Amino acid sequence: MTPRVFSPLVLFLVIAFLIGPFFIIVAASLSGGETLAFPPQGFSLKWVAKVFTVESFRESFAVSMFLAIGGTAMALVLGIPASYALSRYKLPFGETVRTIVSLPIIVPGIIVGLALLRYIVVPFGFNITLALFLAHTALVLPYAVRVVSASLNNLRSDIEEAAVLLGSSRAGAFFRVVMPNIRSGILAAFILGFVTSFNQVPVSLFLSGPGVRTLPIDMLSYMEITYDPSVAALSALLAFMSIGIVFLAERFLGFSRYV
Amino acid sequence: MSDAPFLSLEKLTLAYGDTVAVKDLDLSIRKGELVAFLGPSGCGKTTTMRSIAGLLTPASGRISLDGADITRVSANKRSVGLVFQSYALFPHLSVFENVAFGLRLKKLPASEIETRVTAGLKSVGLSKFAARKPAELSGGQQQRVALARSMVMEPKVLLLDEPLSNLDARLRLEMRTELQRVQKETGVTMIFVTHDQGEALSLADRIVVMLNGAIEQIGTPEDIYNRPVSRFVADFVGFENIFAVEGGKLKAANGPIALSESLPPDTAGFAWRPRMVTLGSGPFQGTVRGASFSGSTREYLLDTPLGAIKAEEDAGLAAHQPGTELTFDLPVAKAARLERFG
Repeated sequence: MTPRVFSPLVLFLVIAFLIGPFFIIVAASLSGGETLAFPPQGFSLKWVAKVFTVESFRESFAVSMFLAIGGTAMALVLGIPASYALSRYKLPFGETVRTIVSLPIIVPGIIVGLALLRYIVVPFGFNITLALFLAHTALVLPYAVRVVSASLNNLRSDIEEAAVLLGSSRAGAFFRVVMPNIRSGILAAFILGFVTSFNQVPVSLFLSGPGVRTLPIDMLSYMEITYDPSVAALSALLAFMSIGIVFLAERFLGFSRYV
Repeated sequence: MSDAPFLSLEKLTLAYGDTVAVKDLDLSIRKGELVAFLGPSGCGKTTTMRSIAGLLTPASGRISLDGADITRVSANKRSVGLVFQSYALFPHLSVFENVAFGLRLKKLPASEIETRVTAGLKSVGLSKFAARKPAELSGGQQQRVALARSMVMEPKVLLLDEPLSNLDARLRLEMRTELQRVQKETGVTMIFVTHDQGEALSLADRIVVMLNGAIEQIGTPEDIYNRPVSRFVADFVGFENIFAVEGGKLKAANGPIALSESLPPDTAGFAWRPRMVTLGSGPFQGTVRGASFSGSTREYLLDTPLGAIKAEEDAGLAAHQPGTELTFDLPVAKAARLERFG
């Protein structure tokens, strides 16, 4: 086969492999049958409707939202000053700190989850919500630092000195001229963090406990008991939510510049 | 312009960590003066300027402004304006809000801010651009916004970092006129940093030539251009034939040359511009090695027993071909007498 034929074929296969499952899930969720199956049997919206009636989905959705929004906000509260310090000052262990902050991306979630559970949550008796909150903060922190750092590196540091010479304090200069100029970077970091946290499985799997679990974990355990298409319907809804968020982010922020 | 110092630096030493950038610098500047800090990169001129602005705390020494010691006064309380080389406009704010920034921090009434910003933008010819963002302006316009932003604060001293170097030739002339106008109209004391002797000569009342963290020479543009006192300054302003003097004799490649004049004891050398070299007569002999035509003049490179000599003649005179033997003279009466040859 010549590259002329071969390359588009490979491209097609890759796209089919990446996007195919999504179409399968959407199709399965619209099935009229009683079990999760593909091809779907008949057409019905009843499983989509059922998603909203399952009590545990509602509860775990609230937990996931709380973790995604709260954890990401916390990661930004820690990450913005950290990025600022890393990009503006020549710190003695700057590069080391940058690497350590990025570790949660590199280390497999299973290991992070197990380690947190075994060495922090259990020995110190953390409650489940707090443990999940801290874990999600830590998981999002690398993204926050990377995206905000990218924004800061594109911003000249002399505008802060200019603000100071016009009468602003150092801290005032940060809030008046640095923050407004990295706003879209912060928003991009927030969205990336939100999606990362919301879709997180391995760490949440270890830390979830009685009464408190995130939506993906709840879906897993639901499927173990009830094998109906409502899980597919929920997956499809979540996928559309993620697509919607990323689409809006790209449309208004040029999201792809940051990630 | 009074003679009392308005801004003075006393025994100022500036350092970055262990690296000393400026050592024991003394300088006084009068009110309303337009002073240039001139020197190659790394000479300490920008560092000195930053310390006047308060962006760098001196390791030792004293800075006083308008009768007050400001050495430890923080940068935001000094009444010193700085126009950055990159302009440092706030990208998220309109031109109007950029200029209003400092006035808003002063919590002036809105009507006064409006009046002062409008006047400031008008004076730099940018009234029409008030609503634009900095990114929508040309470099020259951005610089004028930066100038207006500093000037509406009515600073005691206005500092400018390489104000002309990012502009093309036409804008450079425009900005030079602009700066002179601002200085004349407001009487603000101005200091600008440059590595370009042309900028310094054409704009400044007084030039401070710096090298290796110390002042080489302070003088009017005429002083610096015609009477450099050190080898470095002579070289910097275009004296291309420079010889040391030792024991009353000119030190040349082929040995010392006795000079007829009696010299002041502190004479360390002599320097001649190419056009100060007399060709066609004189005690020395040389061979034309290269010639170049530059419109109004012809420049020659001579191989001589004294070493290489650069000479220049009016282009109206007959050209000397490479290979020609010429007599020439280095007239001591025309030369710049150097007091330091370090």
